[in-house]
Amino acid sequence: MDPALFTRVDPTTWRVEPTGRMRVPAIIYADEDLIRGMDDKVFAQATNVAMLPGIIGASYAMPDAHWGYGFPIGGVAAFDPAQGGIVSAGGVGFDISCGVRTMLTGLSVSDIMNVQKSLADSLFQNIPAGVGSKSAIRLDLIEMDLMLAGGARWAVERGWGEWRDLERIEERGTMAGAKPEMVSERAKERQRREMGTLGSGNHYLEVQAVAEILDASVADAFGLLKDQVVVTIHCGSRGLGHQIGTEFLKEMVMTAKESGIELPDRELACAPIHSEVGQRYLGAMRAAINCALANREILGHNARRVFGHFFPDCALRLLFDVSHNTCKVEMHVVDGKRRELFVHRKGATRAFGPGHESLPKALRSIGQPVLIGGSMGTSSYILVGEATSEAKAFSSACHGAGRALSRHEALRRWSGRKIVDDLAANGILIRSPSTRGVAEEAPGAYKDVTAVVAAAEQAGLARRVARLKPLICIKG
Amino acid sequence: MRHKEDRRDPCPKALVSVPGWEHFPHDADLGLCGWGATVAEAFEQAGHALTAAITDAAVIPRTSVEVRCEAPDIELLFVEWLNAIIYEMAVRHMLFDSFAVHIEGERLEGKLQGEPIDVRRHAPACEPKGATYTALKVAKSPNGIWSAACIVDV
Repeated sequence: MDPALFTRVDPTTWRVEPTGRMRVPAIIYADEDLIRGMDDKVFAQATNVAMLPGIIGASYAMPDAHWGYGFPIGGVAAFDPAQGGIVSAGGVGFDISCGVRTMLTGLSVSDIMNVQKSLADSLFQNIPAGVGSKSAIRLDLIEMDLMLAGGARWAVERGWGEWRDLERIEERGTMAGAKPEMVSERAKERQRREMGTLGSGNHYLEVQAVAEILDASVADAFGLLKDQVVVTIHCGSRGLGHQIGTEFLKEMVMTAKESGIELPDRELACAPIHSEVGQRYLGAMRAAINCALANREILGHNARRVFGHFFPDCALRLLFDVSHNTCKVEMHVVDGKRRELFVHRKGATRAFGPGHESLPKALRSIGQPVLIGGSMGTSSYILVGEATSEAKAFSSACHGAGRALSRHEALRRWSGRKIVDDLAANGILIRSPSTRGVAEEAPGAYKDVTAVVAAAEQAGLARRVARLKPLICIKG
Repeated sequence: MRHKEDRRDPCPKALVSVPGWEHFPHDADLGLCGWGATVAEAFEQAGHALTAAITDAAVIPRTSVEVRCEAPDIELLFVEWLNAIIYEMAVRHMLFDSFAVHIEGERLEGKLQGEPIDVRRHAPACEPKGATYTALKVAKSPNGIWSAACIVDV
C-alpha cells in the first residue's frame, strides 16, 4: 500500500479520517515497510469496516494484516448493540475460533534431539492431519450437543485432557451462551468425524525450542526457559465452524437489506446484534468456539500421549490457549465509560493486559500470553498483553506473520520436496501428507514475523517475551 | 486518494477458449474461475478448478452424488454450488472430477462423480472451507462465453 493513503500519527500508527460513509477512522498499526508490503485491499477493507452500523472507536488492522474477505485478516472492530451495532459472520470468518495453544514440556532441546526423527514420525501417525484424515472419535447427536455446549471442559470430562488445563484456556475452556440448537444438522454432520483433527492449510503442530528470552521476568512467570521445548498447536473449529460461517454468511447477505443495512461489500454481511438472525448466529458461533476449544484440547491430549511414550515423566503443562477468529462480548473503557461491546477479531488475538479479571490468578498480575504462530521454518513468538492495548485496539494484537505471497506464487517459486530437505538440513523436520501443501505454505510466503511482532510491541499492543524456533512441524 | 475497488475481470482467459478453468491468486486463499458456452458449463468447469485446488492427481469417477441448491441470483447460486461440493467432499471424504449442472431459475441440480480420498495417491494440498463473495462474478462476455469466479477460503 502507498503510505501516502494515510496520516502517519507515529512510527507504527497510520490513520485514515472518516470520509463518505465511514462512521469512524481506520487505523493500521505497522511500520512503514509492513505498510508498503500490504495489499491495497487492506486499505479498502479496513475503511469498509468503518462504515458498519454501531462501530465504536475505529476500524483497526494489526501489523500482520492482509487481504481477507470483507474484514481484512488482522482486522479488529467493536460494536455497541445500544447504537444499532451489528454482528458479522464475515467479520469472524469461516474458521471460527481458529487459534493457538502452547504447552510446556519441561524437556531440553538435547532431550528431544536424541529422538527427533521417531518423535516426528510418531506425532504424524497419531495426529490426524490434512484433507481426508479421520479421527478415531465419532460423535452421535447427543454427544455433539454436549461438546458444543461444553467445549474443552467436555473433552476433559471424556478423558481427553486435564482439569488444570481449563483455567489456562480462554473462557476457562467453555464459551458461555453457546446454543447447539442453532447449529444446523449439516454443520454437525460435517464435524461428526473431525474431533481431534488438525485440518490443513496453515494449521500445524510444532515442537519448538525456546531460542531467545526477551523479557526474563515474564518468561519466568510463564515457565519459559532458554533451550527448553514447547509444543504449539494451531487449529480451529474444523468443518462445523466452516459450515456455520457458510450458512450465516448467506443468510446475512439476504437479510441485511431488510434490516436497513447498506453493505459496502457483500462479504461484510451482518445483522443487528439484537435481531433474531444476529442472536441465532451468536448462539451458533459460540458453539463453534466450544468446538475449537474441545478440538485443541483433544489434540493436546494426543500430543501428550505421544510425548508420554518417549518421555514417561513429561507432563506437557498448558501455558495458554487463545483464539484468533471470534466475536466476544467484552467490557472496554471508551471515552471514560465502561461499555459492553461486541469485539470482532478476524485473524487477531485477544491480548488482555495485566490485572484483567478474566485471567487466571497465576497470570493476572502479568498479563495474558499472546501466542504468535510462525511458518514452519521461521520463528514463533510469545508475547504478553500490555495495559496500553485496550486503548489502542480493544486489547488485541497480531496473530501470526500474515501471508505475503499467494499460494499461486509460492508454488511457482518453491518445491515442497526441496523445502522439506532444506529445513531438515537446518534441524527442522517437516511431516505432511502433501509436498504441494508444504510448497504453498513455504516459510518465504509469509511476512517477516520478527518485523510484525516488533511493530506490535512498538505500537503498544503486546510485549515480546520469548522467541521460539521450530524443531518438528506436522502440517495438514 | 481513495482506493477504487478492483473490478478487473478475474477470468480473462474466458475470452479465448471454451470451456476451461483456472486459478487466480489471492493473498491468503485461492481464486478460481470456470468458463463455458453456458452458465451451467462455467459452473461445471469451476468444479474442476475446486478439485485442482486440492490435488494434482487423477480422480476416478466411481461414485455419484446428487446435490441441489438455490439462491436469489446467479452469483449467489454459484457460491451455493461450490459450497455444496465442499460439503459433500467434507462429509463423504471424497474428491470429485465429474460435474453436471442443470439450472432452472433460482435452482440448481448437480451431479458429482468421484472417489474416496486416498491420501497417499491424491496427496491433498489444502482443504476448502467455504466459497466467499470476494471477487465473485458470474458474467457473459461480449463473445457469448460465460464465466464464473470467486475466492475460496482454504
